[in-house]
Amino acid sequence: MPPVLEISRISKSYRTSFSLRKYWILRDLSFSVEPGEIFGFIGPNGAGKTTTIKLVMDLIRSDGGTIRIFGRSHREVGTKARIGFLPENPYFYDYLTAREFLDFYGRLFGFSRAVREAKTKALLEKVGLGNRGDRQLRKFSKGMLQRIGLAQALINDPELVILDEPMSGLDPVGRREVRDLILSLKQAGKTVFFSTHILSDTEQICDRVGILSKGDLKAVGKVSQLLAHEAKFYEVTFSGLSADGLPGVESVVSRDGGETLVRARDEAAVRALVEAVLRRGGTLKSVAPQRESLEDLFLREIQR
Amino acid sequence: MNQIWAIASNTFREAIRDRILYLLLVFALVFIAFAQILSLLTVGSEEKIIKDLGLASISLFGVLTAIFIGVSLVSKEIDRRTIYTIVSKPIHRYQFVLGKYCGLALTLLVNTVVMTFWFYLILLFKGFADPRLLLAVYMIFLELLLVTALAILFSSFSTPILSTLFALSLYLVGHLSWSLNLLRDRLSGGAGRWVCRVLYLVLPNLEIFNIKGEVVHGTALPAGLLLWATLYLAGYGLVVLSAACLIFQRKDFS
Repeated sequence: MPPVLEISRISKSYRTSFSLRKYWILRDLSFSVEPGEIFGFIGPNGAGKTTTIKLVMDLIRSDGGTIRIFGRSHREVGTKARIGFLPENPYFYDYLTAREFLDFYGRLFGFSRAVREAKTKALLEKVGLGNRGDRQLRKFSKGMLQRIGLAQALINDPELVILDEPMSGLDPVGRREVRDLILSLKQAGKTVFFSTHILSDTEQICDRVGILSKGDLKAVGKVSQLLAHEAKFYEVTFSGLSADGLPGVESVVSRDGGETLVRARDEAAVRALVEAVLRRGGTLKSVAPQRESLEDLFLREIQR
Repeated sequence: MNQIWAIASNTFREAIRDRILYLLLVFALVFIAFAQILSLLTVGSEEKIIKDLGLASISLFGVLTAIFIGVSLVSKEIDRRTIYTIVSKPIHRYQFVLGKYCGLALTLLVNTVVMTFWFYLILLFKGFADPRLLLAVYMIFLELLLVTALAILFSSFSTPILSTLFALSLYLVGHLSWSLNLLRDRLSGGAGRWVCRVLYLVLPNLEIFNIKGEVVHGTALPAGLLLWATLYLAGYGLVVLSAACLIFQRKDFS
């Protein structure tokens, strides 16, 4: 099956109004999103994530390169009919009620009145705004706006859902809801492409991630493949004796009451340490291998 | 077509939920009524003054509405980024521009009908009602349609404040462009005459739509004027809107 979204060698620059110097936001960016996967597009602020998404959504024009969605040009109206899109920090027509708002988007797709009514009702329920349908959007909180924004992105039952920072500005409960919604989209067979800088969410739900920094794609692949498999170090906690003179201890992290937390470099060091603790009559509390997190990888890649 | 209508009706809804529309409309209604008092203080025919001021009010407040709402229509969508979710739907960008235009045209139509109704009520009360006034109102409405197209064109590439200035200046210029022909006749020849001719052809001629004098004073209208004005609006409006669509088609929403 061809990729759902295929970006090849796109570049985008802008010129300042006064000096005609060219600044590159993206340079020769290429990657693809496969059918049915959740692809997380991560990077620090100003990396070019939103620019990439705007290019994909045809809100801005690239300097070069091609973008294909479902194997067709991203500019085609027929292509857009199969996509759902939620922009970053969305603002909507605040003079509309939630119901009018969704109805309006339904009309842009040419749905009949009956279809629009059914979709509006179902989507308001889905995003938890079932009892707020007749309220004007100007009276909505940020979290509620984000939800109604998601609802408009799903009105056409899209095959590809593109979300720009869907979790930013949301409280933990809201983030959890968005995460669950993304997972439910995947279960329904949709492809999800979203940008974020909230790494914990990404690590949990993404099949693949791309790390963007200063307009360059630093890494792309499965989270499990990108992260080093071996533990970086081990943390061992024990009680009943002091850490002095124990083998395998690289450093003492903390001492709290009777418990001591130490760091050991590798498996051999852990084995020696554990044996010594037990032999000397101490009590072993825990051994925790510390693996590289997405955050470590992210920081390593963007500093490269 | 469905998409254009969806955007147009949403634009209409936006306008009628906007306070500025009511502010201008209330001002216009007060002004039209005020003409009565003014006519008492002035020497001359009461009837003419009421009709003259009434038509002038409909025209002036219509133009202000067309420009103030017209320039903000598109730029507001870009500033507030509401446009992101619109142009990412399966619609063409020109459909968006035309939808916005039609929505405002509809708003202006309702606006003009309300003002005219009020104007007529006062005239009926005074016993001055004259169906020919409706011709003048029709011409005013044609002018509003052209001014709206210009406002949308300017707002497709410029800031709201500059667009307002451009649109207001062009409105004034449009009422004076006939004098370019006079100037051309006075010039002895060469490049000056040529420049006058080109400017006269390129700038909008809004005086075509002004038949207030003829209607108020009861003089005859030039033959075929209404048809010519309608065709002029269609042609000029089409060019202006096409330019707006072309600019919009190539625009980056960043």
